[in-house]
Amino acid sequence: MSRPPKKPTPGRKKPAARKPATAKATSAETDEAKTASAAIAKPVLEPAALEELKETWKDAPGLWGWLTTVDHKRIARRYIVTAFIFFLLAGLAAVAMRLQLSRPENDLISPARYNEIFTMHGTTMMFIFAVPILEAVAIYLVPLMVGARALAFPRLNAFSYFVYLAGALLLWVGFILNIGPDVGWFAYTPLSGPEYSPGHRTDVWAQMITFTEIAALSVAVNIACTILRMRAPGMTLSRMPLFVWVHLVVSIMTILALPAVMLASSLLMSDRLLGTHFYNAAEGGSHLLYQHLFWFFGHPEVYIIFLPGVAFVSMIVPTFARRPIVGYIPMVLSQAAIGFLSFGLWVHHMFATGLPRLGDSFYTAASMAIALPSGVQIFCWIATIWSGRPVFRTPLLWAVGFVITFVIGGLTGVMVASVPLDLQLHDTYFVVAHFHYVLIGGAVFPLFGAFAYWFPKFTGRMLSERLGAWQFWLFFIGFNVAFFPMHILGLLGMPRRVYTYPSGMGWEPYNQIATLGGVILFLSISLFIFNVFKSLSSGAKADDNPWDASTLEWSTPSPPPPYNFHHTPVVDSREPLWEHREDLPVMEGLATKKREVLVTSASEAHPDNRQSSPDPSIWPFISALAVSGVLIGTIFSEWAFVWGLIPLTFALSAWFWPKRPRAGKSGEPH
Amino acid sequence: MKRAALLMALALGACSGMQTPLAPAADQAEQIRSIWDVMLWVTSFFYLLVIGFLAWAVWRRRRKETAPPRTQVHDQGLERTLAIWAGMIVAGLTLLISWSFLVDRSLASTQDDQALHITVTGAQWWWRVEYTDGTPDKQFETANEIHLPVGETARIKLMTSDVIHSFWVPNLSGKMDMIPGRENVIDITPRKIGVYRGQCAEFCGFQHAHMALTVVVESREDFNRWRNHQLTPAAPPASPKHALGKAVFKAKACSLCHEITGADAGGRTAPNLTHLASRRTIAAGTLPMNRGSLAGWISDPQAIKPGAKMPNVPMSAAESDALVTYLESLK
Amino acid sequence: MKTRVVGDVSSLPDHAFGLKSLLWWGLLGFMVIEAMAFILAGGAYLYIRGQNPAWPFPPDAPPALTAGIVTTVLFVISEVVNRWLAKMAKTMNEQIVRLGVTLMIGIGFAIVVSRIFELASMNTRWDVNAYGSVTWLLLFLHTLHLLTDWVDTAVLGSWLYTHKIEPTQFTEVYDNCGYWSFVFWSWLPMWGLIYFAPRLM
Repeated sequence: MSRPPKKPTPGRKKPAARKPATAKATSAETDEAKTASAAIAKPVLEPAALEELKETWKDAPGLWGWLTTVDHKRIARRYIVTAFIFFLLAGLAAVAMRLQLSRPENDLISPARYNEIFTMHGTTMMFIFAVPILEAVAIYLVPLMVGARALAFPRLNAFSYFVYLAGALLLWVGFILNIGPDVGWFAYTPLSGPEYSPGHRTDVWAQMITFTEIAALSVAVNIACTILRMRAPGMTLSRMPLFVWVHLVVSIMTILALPAVMLASSLLMSDRLLGTHFYNAAEGGSHLLYQHLFWFFGHPEVYIIFLPGVAFVSMIVPTFARRPIVGYIPMVLSQAAIGFLSFGLWVHHMFATGLPRLGDSFYTAASMAIALPSGVQIFCWIATIWSGRPVFRTPLLWAVGFVITFVIGGLTGVMVASVPLDLQLHDTYFVVAHFHYVLIGGAVFPLFGAFAYWFPKFTGRMLSERLGAWQFWLFFIGFNVAFFPMHILGLLGMPRRVYTYPSGMGWEPYNQIATLGGVILFLSISLFIFNVFKSLSSGAKADDNPWDASTLEWSTPSPPPPYNFHHTPVVDSREPLWEHREDLPVMEGLATKKREVLVTSASEAHPDNRQSSPDPSIWPFISALAVSGVLIGTIFSEWAFVWGLIPLTFALSAWFWPKRPRAGKSGEPH
Repeated sequence: MKRAALLMALALGACSGMQTPLAPAADQAEQIRSIWDVMLWVTSFFYLLVIGFLAWAVWRRRRKETAPPRTQVHDQGLERTLAIWAGMIVAGLTLLISWSFLVDRSLASTQDDQALHITVTGAQWWWRVEYTDGTPDKQFETANEIHLPVGETARIKLMTSDVIHSFWVPNLSGKMDMIPGRENVIDITPRKIGVYRGQCAEFCGFQHAHMALTVVVESREDFNRWRNHQLTPAAPPASPKHALGKAVFKAKACSLCHEITGADAGGRTAPNLTHLASRRTIAAGTLPMNRGSLAGWISDPQAIKPGAKMPNVPMSAAESDALVTYLESLK
Repeated sequence: MKTRVVGDVSSLPDHAFGLKSLLWWGLLGFMVIEAMAFILAGGAYLYIRGQNPAWPFPPDAPPALTAGIVTTVLFVISEVVNRWLAKMAKTMNEQIVRLGVTLMIGIGFAIVVSRIFELASMNTRWDVNAYGSVTWLLLFLHTLHLLTDWVDTAVLGSWLYTHKIEPTQFTEVYDNCGYWSFVFWSWLPMWGLIYFAPRLM
């Protein structure tokens, strides 16, 4: 097989910055280095075994292969591309909103359409872009970072993508067909109930949630099990990369939080379609019940989005600071603390509902307290740069931009955590500014850093550094121009979710500036897309470890083969590739004739047993179709739920049906 | 002329901050303003520290070339600094939490016995305002505009007749939601005479953007005068044109939704119009109160507030003219 | 990247029960998800109870006790058999495991029938008022789990009788027993809320 160029041996400087890293050996290579390269070039498995491994782990060609693959990297890439497309659509919705708001009493967009557009913007960003894309990067990286060949449940992973896609299409096809939701991304009752939202708009919203939450929950279970039981021998919990720690915490948070929104939206659908009274005050129900259930999910949800951003920064900063993270233990404890505390804050979304004030004060204290672990992490990242020898490539730019931006959002969060102050700022553009600073600062900045950082690994090409820097600066400027004025708008009394506003309130100039910022953001993202396409076709080829990073994913080729590793890596430190720059210790012995993974113990990662990993299968796709039939049909008739369970049962049974000969024949391992 | 003056007044009022928590005109907004000030200082201080440390880190040892990584690290100094930083955060948060808590406690304690009692009911997309003190003959209803005597506490009961709305007059106090099945209460103790604007602050459907209200804070004497006037029935028609207007009001079924006390119009699902012309705006703050606005609104409410519950009622130019004349007389 | 071999995992066992099995952990994950759903539904039940002066809303009567008691007794019996089957699955004895799974299918059927009687004796409908809605919610949620596991067991049973059983299938029987335990244990608080909260609260 053709070998990508080698990474430099220790002590040799990398090529100069500002050019796209060629990753080719410089002409100053010595004979010794050439011999070392030759040694590296030797295949690590005998050719026959390597051929068997490739054959065992390959996918079928064409469309059938696409539908049946269980390769976590292929599935992650399709998740990322899909989520990014919906990010663009939601962004266009935001541009439409900004154009409408650029002038008072503007009539570019009608109130009905505007209400749909802001609903689609928020709903898409939260449910269809943010959580899925961040989970998707984890789907790609977690098995590689822990040294595993696959995720714990590869078919479940495939299933989750198709279910997610169906939910996203349900929402947007609904919007295009003019039955899209128009009650905001959290759809408070009774506005979203049967009396004030006739038709199927809100049902489309509520059922989309069911789809995306089934997908997200499946991924969370998958990632958690992979992290707990499939880590490389020697990768104790205290040697796990911080990225892996974050996703363990986030998976558990997902498992505990998402059932709440499933329940909230399902009870809403039940009120709308079956005539129940969960949220009907006239018959003993409660609108606050909806808000409690929704925000019990909603608050952890924003940390489920923020923490993966933290994970990206925790991987990027040490690599470019050329030293391990400062305060690994405080970092782990902070992430866990944030995960835990985030479940105790939800009432701060309900301060204006008239709940007992003394109880509200508890939530003020908790909401402010979560600033402590966040502050600890900020210190650790900056300290790592301060005590390292930082090199400013694109990923590090985004990490620095993240700190500058997210901290503003975190501090305005401390402001709105105060009950009395929140009673002025709640439901105004101040809050809109706050949450965009934390979500874009805290997750999107790191996400673009992650794209720049791992694009070489995913695709085998380097992104252009020059375009990357331009994109960063445009985004940084555009974001602040768009969202900083919104703090002022809120303080001048402009409420949220208004399709227009009167002249003479003093709001015009800030709205116009914000719209200009939106345009700059649009330019930045266009530049990013251009960079991606250009680099895919003509970017510099990337070798295994173009950034000379320390974690296991960088020991594989770029992109990695379907089976990830020839042999199972063995780990004895937090920075395996920095400790073992010459040769990585590995264990051999996993089967090459069938798909097999290694199961290790949960805390010490001692090798324990081997388990079969499933072959490609069409049943995840068929099951997802069946689930889609049940869920979409239920919007129109409750009987679809009952009848739809029949094909679903068949599909799931076929999925789990072991591939075995019948009784009497000697069984071949499957 | 009058319209120009009114528009100017509105514009000037806006420029001087008629809908902002930063220009408090009541005890409640004043106390909240103090939290804002403390917050701004403390958070700015911490932000500058973070940015300062970041800037130092970025400039200190930056490189153009990638150096080999260090795996042997001794971070005792940094970890000690981290402990100090964490301590500072705890101190800062304790200050903010305590300040917020104390203001919250003081906002919660108000005497009820002397308060002026008002009930405001939110509806899609207007505000029903009822003054409920005293015997029934002393109680009255208006819409979209509240008058308060300066220096006295008003206790406002908040209800809704349909979806969740939120009552918010930022110059006077924080907001409070109106939730079906719940009765929330908000206290306002205004200290500065003036006209303030409020707006619904919970998304409530198509015309959430056009659900504003006016609060007039005035002296006790002026308030009594206003209140006594509100208790009187509607002005009787002063001319044949007015009488025609009143007849149109009933013939076109306006009276089925709108109440005019003393004019045989008893509908309760839309704003009370008894003293419509004494208000500063119509359609919940959407248009200034004047002849042109009235005519435009009546002839095509859907063009001004698409989705509003008031239908377009066809009528001839003469009928419209008379109707507007009559309504203008309802001071 | 150059590597050096420091160990060999080919001698490790190729199947595992319980904590050592990936599928067991996956099932555990899903059980935690569903337990959260039960906890939140129970919380919604208690919240609505707290918002209202009387429970059930007059003049509704509480659900009739008999069918619920029958279901609970059958569940207890089923759990005893279930735990025995789990132990037997570890011994990997084909005959006993096939018999045990058949027994579970039979008992499960009895519980499903008893559940139908419960549904008919709730003394309220889901669309009458919030009490009815939330009572039916608890019963519906649990019934969904009961049916899922019963059908699951039936499919597993049909497979066990038509194929030679490998160690991985014994682990699957073991995991399925774990899920049945979840269905049993999640019933008890639901039973308490549905039948006794209206009488005691």
